[in-house]
Amino acid sequence: MSSFADLVECLYAITAAWGIPWIIPTLVVMTVVAGIVIGYIAVAAMFMIWWERKVSAHIQVRFGPMRVGGWHGWAQSIADGVKLLLKEDIIPANADKVVFVLAPMVVFAAALAAYVTIPWAPGLIVRDLNIGILYMISISSLAVVGIIMAGWSSNNKYSVLGAMRSAAQAVSYEVPLVLSLLGPVMIAGTMSMGRLVEAQNGWWFGVLPKWFVFPQVVAFVVYFTCALAECNRLPFDIPEAESELVAGFHVEYSGMRFAIFFLAEYANMFTVTAIAATLFLGGWHGPWMPLPGLPQEVAQGLFGLFWFLLKCYFLIFVMMWLRWTLARLRVDQLMGLAWKVLLPVAFANLIVTGLVLVLGKQVLLYVVGIGIVILVAVGLALRASANTVRMQMQKARG
Amino acid sequence: MTIKLAIFYFLAAFTVWAAGVVVFGKNIVRAAVALIFSFCGMAALYVLLDAEFLAAVQVLIYVGGITILLLFAIMLTSRIGSKAVKVVNDQVVLSAMTGIGLLVGLIYASIAGIAELSAPPRLPETAPFLGRALLTTYALPFEVVSVLLLAAMIGAIILARKE
Repeated sequence: MSSFADLVECLYAITAAWGIPWIIPTLVVMTVVAGIVIGYIAVAAMFMIWWERKVSAHIQVRFGPMRVGGWHGWAQSIADGVKLLLKEDIIPANADKVVFVLAPMVVFAAALAAYVTIPWAPGLIVRDLNIGILYMISISSLAVVGIIMAGWSSNNKYSVLGAMRSAAQAVSYEVPLVLSLLGPVMIAGTMSMGRLVEAQNGWWFGVLPKWFVFPQVVAFVVYFTCALAECNRLPFDIPEAESELVAGFHVEYSGMRFAIFFLAEYANMFTVTAIAATLFLGGWHGPWMPLPGLPQEVAQGLFGLFWFLLKCYFLIFVMMWLRWTLARLRVDQLMGLAWKVLLPVAFANLIVTGLVLVLGKQVLLYVVGIGIVILVAVGLALRASANTVRMQMQKARG
Repeated sequence: MTIKLAIFYFLAAFTVWAAGVVVFGKNIVRAAVALIFSFCGMAALYVLLDAEFLAAVQVLIYVGGITILLLFAIMLTSRIGSKAVKVVNDQVVLSAMTGIGLLVGLIYASIAGIAELSAPPRLPETAPFLGRALLTTYALPFEVVSVLLLAAMIGAIILARKE
């Protein structure tokens, strides 16, 4: 797949030979790549919407879309898209027009810009920035601003409430998210997405792939929980809960503007699962074999792309599965979970990872030992306090 | 006029225009949105200066943290659809003189050149260099800033606590 880089180099060389300044082919290449990425997002989002309806239906022992397009209603998303395009575009009378129109653009731009550093296959990244993972996290934080803009400019109390809750949730869960991602970054020693995937090359004892999920299970669980919260998915979807706030921050948006929010949400889902697949599940690593008639690089690239997409969509399936299985958390439970549980666990993971990297693997024994002692002590203390409470209640009763 | 210079002028004009909207704008929410644009413009200027780590952190902290804080403060204190706020106060003349004096001083300094500020070395990756510098040469300021942050957090919690 590095043949793509060679193609781009050829284009630059040709245009330089013709005397065209380097900015023109650069802009052309950027536009074409952005077009391809937007095309992928559109198709993937439509697929995910259909898949969500099917998964939710089968979990709820029903069928979901079955008619539109024939086989299991595969064209349902296309029909939905056309419907949304044809809907009337309503802007509330007292809404701040500029901010109202700008908000979906900011959210979608943030969701789209994160696709620059996703490693699809060996050599197939739009740009392998050396701050790859940090760039993706910073761009995702732009989307929160767009949500607040949308909620505020709608001139609607429920929108403002939904936007504030969403922003508080997103900002709170960003902290353990970043901390949990630092574990694999510390092990690999780099923030570049391509090099993070390459650091997971090889096998332990010939049978276990060297993915970061095995030494960093805790970080993976913390990251996945925070990713669910960042995407406003159940069990963290208080900002969008239909029975709570109608639709939260995007209640006043109709037609294409709502479609942009919807698209951005599913694009965001793919981005967070892509980060999880890259940092924890080995990215595009997977068994491959040479295909007849294709050079070895291209075969490796195609298999890599297949494994990467498989891992991403498996995690997306888990996200959908959780949505239709778990109950929604109340907003104070949600914030309590972030600050009182996930943040200390993420810090503990960071400390242990740092200690093991600097002092060697024997430290793990000491850490596990001390951890067991602390857990037993806490358990005994809790039991003692529960006994005192029970005795006090019996005394009050009797 | 190279293309990089043209890009720099465009980004600088964009940042200054956004900052102008922040300072002179009458609608406070639009001023906050313009602040986001000026921060993004600053991040782009950092990228032009080869400080890519700083640019990412600028977006993460300033746009993803501080502007959200400002928007929360605006949403919690003003009413929806409130009228414009007064932009200037009684000390316009004094502040204008100070601002223009500062601007003249900065322009003179940038044209005359400051001997101590030499061009930084071009590093392939700034993040490891920054990390090492923060933990060895500049460890003391780093720790002092952490203590300051801790004091600010404790102060905020105490102020926000219900009695």
